[in-house]
Amino acid sequence: MNFQTCVNIQKEWDIVGARQLGRDRAKEIGFGTVDQARIATAISELARNIYLYAGTGKICFEMMNDINQKGLLVIATDNGPGIKDISQVMEDGYTTSGGLGAGLPGVKRLMDEFDIISDPGKGTEIRAIKWVR
Amino acid sequence: MRNLKLDIDNYRNLLKQYIKFLDENALYQAEQFSKLSIQHNISPEEIINVHIQALKELYPDLPKEVDYSLNFLLETMISYGLAYQEMQSLREQQLELKSEISVAANMQQTLLSTEKPNIKGVDIGAISVPANQMNGDYYHFVSDNQQSIGVAIADVIGKGIPAALAMSMIKYSMDSFSESQRNPCSILENLNRVVERNVDQGMFITMFYGLYNLNSETFSYASAGHEPGLFYHASTNEFREIKTKGLVLGVSKDTTYQQYEIEISHGDMIILLTDGVTECRVGNRFIEREEVLEVIKKYIHLPAQEAVEQVYKHFERLQGFQLRDDFTLIIIRKNV
Ligand SMILES: Nc1ncnc2c1ncn2[C@@H]1O[C@H](COP(=O)(O)OP(=O)(O)O)[C@@H](O)[C@H]1O
Ligand SMILES: [Mg+2]
Repeated sequence: MNFQTCVNIQKEWDIVGARQLGRDRAKEIGFGTVDQARIATAISELARNIYLYAGTGKICFEMMNDINQKGLLVIATDNGPGIKDISQVMEDGYTTSGGLGAGLPGVKRLMDEFDIISDPGKGTEIRAIKWVR
Repeated sequence: MRNLKLDIDNYRNLLKQYIKFLDENALYQAEQFSKLSIQHNISPEEIINVHIQALKELYPDLPKEVDYSLNFLLETMISYGLAYQEMQSLREQQLELKSEISVAANMQQTLLSTEKPNIKGVDIGAISVPANQMNGDYYHFVSDNQQSIGVAIADVIGKGIPAALAMSMIKYSMDSFSESQRNPCSILENLNRVVERNVDQGMFITMFYGLYNLNSETFSYASAGHEPGLFYHASTNEFREIKTKGLVLGVSKDTTYQQYEIEISHGDMIILLTDGVTECRVGNRFIEREEVLEVIKKYIHLPAQEAVEQVYKHFERLQGFQLRDDFTLIIIRKNV
């Protein structure tokens, strides 16, 4: 039962839709309120980045079912400009929001696993997993 | 309190006690709880979660609106938690940087260290204190024999690490000049070429070089736009500014420097400094050069090293113990 559910991101309103769907999935899987809130915040950041930097893209959710743990996989994909220097973007304090702690380093903190694949000119795919504790 | 994270029982009891007796002790315990939580990297949303749990256990029939509103608060706190974690990690990075810089500063001190010449009849005092960890001022003595003392004092326009790196270059170039190039003006001309070739545009170095010849009792010198020093003429008991012309190092590769010479008699003094001394700021006001002279006069009766230290202490205190610029002061006095 590894099916994906996705939300297309085209306008700012879609960020809310992505949060909602992500939260619903998180609830189903059995996350507590704190982790639900964290997952929703991470989704916001990823969806906002698509909206701001790539224009359009999508956020997908997959339930993870390991032998000994359950989790939620969030995948953000777009065909936007890509990220040239990922290490730099992952440095604390680099985001344009400066000092708000959010941005991609924030997503990494909110989630348990985090990975970026990005080719300049082609697009970006970000995968993040949160495990149920 | 290792299992603080799960110590909801403790929190619930405190909350219960407080709600019942409005008691200050519970508040004091809450303060301790919050400090411990910070120590254990527990973010605000987790505390709120503990609060919600405790409240529900104490009042199982809480109206659902209250429950919702607390969840709303929890959501609102997520970003605070993130900002807080980011700040923590930036703070750790800052500590790392600080210790790295202090290693570099120690290394710089070793690289640029110079020994005050110990020559009969000449009393020398020198002090150089950086505003931050790395020093953009530099002084150096050269004395191969008992007949002459070369003295260099320089200031990189700019502070901190780039300035310090540029200074190391100056020192090593100077070491490489041959005996025949020991004239103040040719030293500056050579250094000017080195700086022009190797240092970024926009970084300038001012420098004064002097050669005190004990046999001929003369001091010859040249300056590359450096803050003017002072002569003290013992016979007339007068201080005079050392007037020079010369472009700062690194502007143009063909710059030439004029060399000057004066006689040095018994009791005369040469006072060299950087603009960290003369442009010492008190509040929003730069002090006047006359004030600097007044302070120097106040301590000039002391042995040279004590005098420079006292002058430094004076300005350190005047600036509220926070130097705005690197501070370097040298006094050379003919005693016999
Ligand atoms: N999906 C994306 N496509 C292209 N560039 C992106 C994307 N996401 C992030 N970036 C780049 O990475 C930078 C950092 O992003 P982020 O950490 O979210 O901080 P912020 O959005 O506040 O600048 C952005 O400024 C942007 O240049
Ligand atoms: Mg962003």
